[in-house]
Amino acid sequence: MIAALECLLFVAGEPLLLTDLARALQAEEIDVEVALRTLQGELSERGSGLQLLQIAGGWQLSTRPEYSETIARMLSRGANKLTRAGMETLAIVAYRQPITAPELEAVRGVSSGGVLKTLLERRLIQEAGRKETLGRPILYTTTPDFLHYFGISDLSQLPILESDGPVPAPVTAEDAADGRLEGPDDESSDLDLAAVETKTVEVDAASDSEAI
Amino acid sequence: MLIPEMPHFKTPAFEGPLDLLLHLIRVNEVDISDIPIAEITDQYLAMMDVFESLDLQIAGEYVLLAATLIEIKSRMLLPQAPPLAGEEPEEDPRAELVARLREYQLYQGTVETLRTWEELRRGLYFRGAAQETDDYILPVPEGEATPLQLFHALHRLLSEAGVDEKPVTAIIPRRRISVRLKMAEILRKINAAGADGLAFENLFILPCPRFDLVLTFLAMLELLRLLRVRARQPRQYGTILLYGLSAEDPKVNTG
Repeated sequence: MIAALECLLFVAGEPLLLTDLARALQAEEIDVEVALRTLQGELSERGSGLQLLQIAGGWQLSTRPEYSETIARMLSRGANKLTRAGMETLAIVAYRQPITAPELEAVRGVSSGGVLKTLLERRLIQEAGRKETLGRPILYTTTPDFLHYFGISDLSQLPILESDGPVPAPVTAEDAADGRLEGPDDESSDLDLAAVETKTVEVDAASDSEAI
Repeated sequence: MLIPEMPHFKTPAFEGPLDLLLHLIRVNEVDISDIPIAEITDQYLAMMDVFESLDLQIAGEYVLLAATLIEIKSRMLLPQAPPLAGEEPEEDPRAELVARLREYQLYQGTVETLRTWEELRRGLYFRGAAQETDDYILPVPEGEATPLQLFHALHRLLSEAGVDEKPVTAIIPRRRISVRLKMAEILRKINAAGADGLAFENLFILPCPRFDLVLTFLAMLELLRLLRVRARQPRQYGTILLYGLSAEDPKVNTG
């Protein structure tokens, strides 16, 4: 099943849902999930240039972060990074969605039509109906592309809002919840991601104990 | 109320008046809940002078906040009337502004994190969309219908249509049906189907002239665009179902 799974992940150009994978493999979702995690571990153990991510609600193969420079020497990135105004607007939409332009502008204190347009064009936000108030303003929500842009799987991974202090990082690399993925081989190269993984383990442990 | 000639200019380095105000609060190292309003207002106005001396136009929002600051300052200068019996003591004139600043600061606090994530994620590369997409169609997430699938469905219908069509040499009477009319008609149909949804195929009464078919399809697209109708495809290659989006079911696709 793992080899078949690898095929599916290879042909897809977007994150694949567990249900779709299960249907294609004619297997139970739970078995597919086990296989996904096994594949994730295998890729890491054999020092593959690829890794398996949980991103934008699905599963997708990506290159490992330590090879980004190599790749950048061959491919050049098209899209520009978000401006500060874009980032700020996106953050507000993400937490307050669905939100209208006037509501957004009330928070930011500036008119935001241009920024919204840019974010729409980049498909980081989308229109989601209209608010049934005076003028029926358009409501905006974030898109799956938004999750993908920040490398997170769902909105619950957004940092908790607090006025001061840094916020924990997301699961950007392999889901480190099961510790076996932290092989000795990736210690040196991706320090940042190692830190990320440790954080995640802590968070998960905390939520587990709460559940009990 | 429109203010004529609102300058479209963005003050450099600040994302807006709230950003500038927060900057001043930070620089002065004062408590956000106890802003020394007189000093901060003076500094804010001084900054506006600087902008002006640099020959930068000042966006209306900055002027608005300046007016708010001056108003708060003047209210704070007035002696507080002792609260009358049974009356709430007057609220701190700064309270509303503080609440706004706090909320703004809340979101600003996450920007740095998002920036880090953006950077990390940009170090990862993904395979682009699959090549030769004519050979296969990727599954549609969560039963959504894509434009391509709608197109395929139309194509299927078109191949079955035209059965009753007269040869092109026939004189065709001018039809007066508009897309708008058709929209009303199919919206009634879809809404009548209720929660079960109306199968895409059932929009059309076959056989019918291609003209009708295309008109119906256009009307449906228009309804989709206006978010009056929602299309779903529960199973891959299955029937596309159409649902009316009435006011009580504003399904919002958070993603």
